Amino acid sequence: MATATVTAPKFADVKVGDELKPLVLPPISRHQLALYCGGSGDHNPIHVDIDFARKFGFKDVFAHGMLSMAFLGRLVTSFVPQAQLRQLGTRFTSITWVGDVITVSGTVTGKREANGEKLVDLEVKCTNQNGQDTLQGNATVALN
Amino acid sequence: MQLDKGLIGHKFNAFTTTVEAGKIRLFCKAIGEENPIYVDEAAARKAGYRAIPAPPTYLTAVTNDDPDKGGLLRLLNVDIGLILHGEQHYEYLAPVHVGDKITCQQKVVDIYDKKGGALWFVVSETELKDQAGKPVAKARGITVVRNPDAGKK
Repeated sequence: MATATVTAPKFADVKVGDELKPLVLPPISRHQLALYCGGSGDHNPIHVDIDFARKFGFKDVFAHGMLSMAFLGRLVTSFVPQAQLRQLGTRFTSITWVGDVITVSGTVTGKREANGEKLVDLEVKCTNQNGQDTLQGNATVALN
Repeated sequence: MQLDKGLIGHKFNAFTTTVEAGKIRLFCKAIGEENPIYVDEAAARKAGYRAIPAPPTYLTAVTNDDPDKGGLLRLLNVDIGLILHGEQHYEYLAPVHVGDKITCQQKVVDIYDKKGGALWFVVSETELKDQAGKPVAKARGITVVRNPDAGKK
């Protein structure tokens, strides 16, 4: 089990270009999509019912974009405690299929001060086993 | 298929939902989150939280708990099988914890098309406030609608 306490780096110790420790996830499974359907309250059948997905022109069910965005959240909260997260956003750039192996990575892109806080901007993304980005996002965290 | 740009500015009915521990537990199981602060109140308090915190993107479960679920698609008259998620952004203004009663107010802020109407984009924003009326987050999402008529002559 992961530890409860995440220790954020100091603002002064973070440099533009620093990379977060990537998360390599197990392959997306149908079971995971069923759990996420219930857990997120996104009941769109296109993610869990292959008959429905085919009717709308897809070869199979595919992952909720927000499941992958949750992976971005996991990456950032493994870098700083969640209370220090100020914003998280993403574009969903390609579909994540059952069986895809997603790597979640992040890079420091900027340091600034605003609203009396020391802020670090991050580029965060999900990439599949073919090297294609499925999510291209960004996050801002406050450091001391 | 053409979406009605006159719907820009439409405000949905606000609703209030309580953040529940059991639902966060299921959400964490689904996303593979194993940090005990999301399932164990003692661990959360030890880490400095007043109760179990909602994970960052759990806000989607909060906004999905709308008793009028599917309101956006009914407003647009669009089948759920035609939509994709284009973008999602969250601004975090204050922590959300188990037991909080969150009020969500969603509105349509833009509607536009690309590729000669083959794809339509619906931008909506949701303000989330806690039981004290304090803003806790702002959500901004883009729903992409695939035009089933695209390519047909």
